[in-house]
Amino acid sequence: MVKSTKNNKYSILLPTYNEVENLPIIIWMIVKYMDQSNYNYEIIIIDDGSPDGTLDAAKQLQSIYGDSKIILKPREKKLGLGTAYIHGMKHATGNFILIMDADLSHHPKFIPEFIKLQEANNYDVVSGTRYLGNGGVSGWDFKRKLISRGANFLTQLLLRPGASDLTGSFRLYKKDVLQKLIESCVSKGYVFQMEMIVRARQMKYTIGEVPITFVDRVYGESKLGGSEIVQFSLALLHLFATT
Amino acid sequence: MTKLMEWLSVLSVLISVWISCFTNRYKFEILDQYKEFILYLPFILIALFGLYAVAVVLYRVFTFNNCVEAAAEVQKQIIEAKEDLAKKGFVFKTS
Repeated sequence: MVKSTKNNKYSILLPTYNEVENLPIIIWMIVKYMDQSNYNYEIIIIDDGSPDGTLDAAKQLQSIYGDSKIILKPREKKLGLGTAYIHGMKHATGNFILIMDADLSHHPKFIPEFIKLQEANNYDVVSGTRYLGNGGVSGWDFKRKLISRGANFLTQLLLRPGASDLTGSFRLYKKDVLQKLIESCVSKGYVFQMEMIVRARQMKYTIGEVPITFVDRVYGESKLGGSEIVQFSLALLHLFATT
Repeated sequence: MTKLMEWLSVLSVLISVWISCFTNRYKFEILDQYKEFILYLPFILIALFGLYAVAVVLYRVFTFNNCVEAAAEVQKQIIEAKEDLAKKGFVFKTS
């Protein structure tokens, strides 16, 4: 039988940089869906010295929702995603870690689905996927879809990673698994997500997938340029040769 | 074994089989009969795979779900969240 959810605690890590408009909304949504499903959770906000006042917004949210729910672990300056997770994890009291973007591209309504799938199969990692079932994207033009699908096809062909969405960053990990994965990862930026899931396969962790919708940044600019494509290609070759 | 090594080993086996067809070491009638076809076979296979890849990628681009409802749902909830947060005493930054 499935273990009672009462024993599990979920630490949601939210790395932020200039998300003063999105942060209150995403926190409100997380609280709404997590309270609805009665899970034990905490939200750890790791703000990398945003000049737009994200931290002040976070402090206000902490006073509204309480400091057992909202935990602030800011850093002086932008130091990268991998170290943000390590930093957040150090202060996490949950046995599961959920990572997601704070820019409203990931909807918190999917978190309970991640948790249910994890419980049903005792997966080490549950990854959101834009490429399966009812998953998808919003606000993408033909070119962006083509790059995404093309890159995904090539990656599946070369790496056979056992997960359909490699660059997504909406995932649930067992805490010790995430710890080990981060230690073994070398890449920076968004290709870090790809390395994490490929290493997970290499280390024989089990991976479950939940179809998610990805709504492109509501506030602020989204980033996909030439340098991302170069970064991605290099990471792909690196993983091809090392995993 | 890394993925690179897997690819290299499978490719080297296939290439050695292919080359051995032209060494006259093995005498099969079928080899002589289809010599030209066998010579071009790898290139034909690569071209076919290329077509397959293009077809699959384009199919997936055109069937990539456009989550219009998801975007609308977020917009609706943003308004809901702002109202509720304001009630709870949250002061939004005005810029």
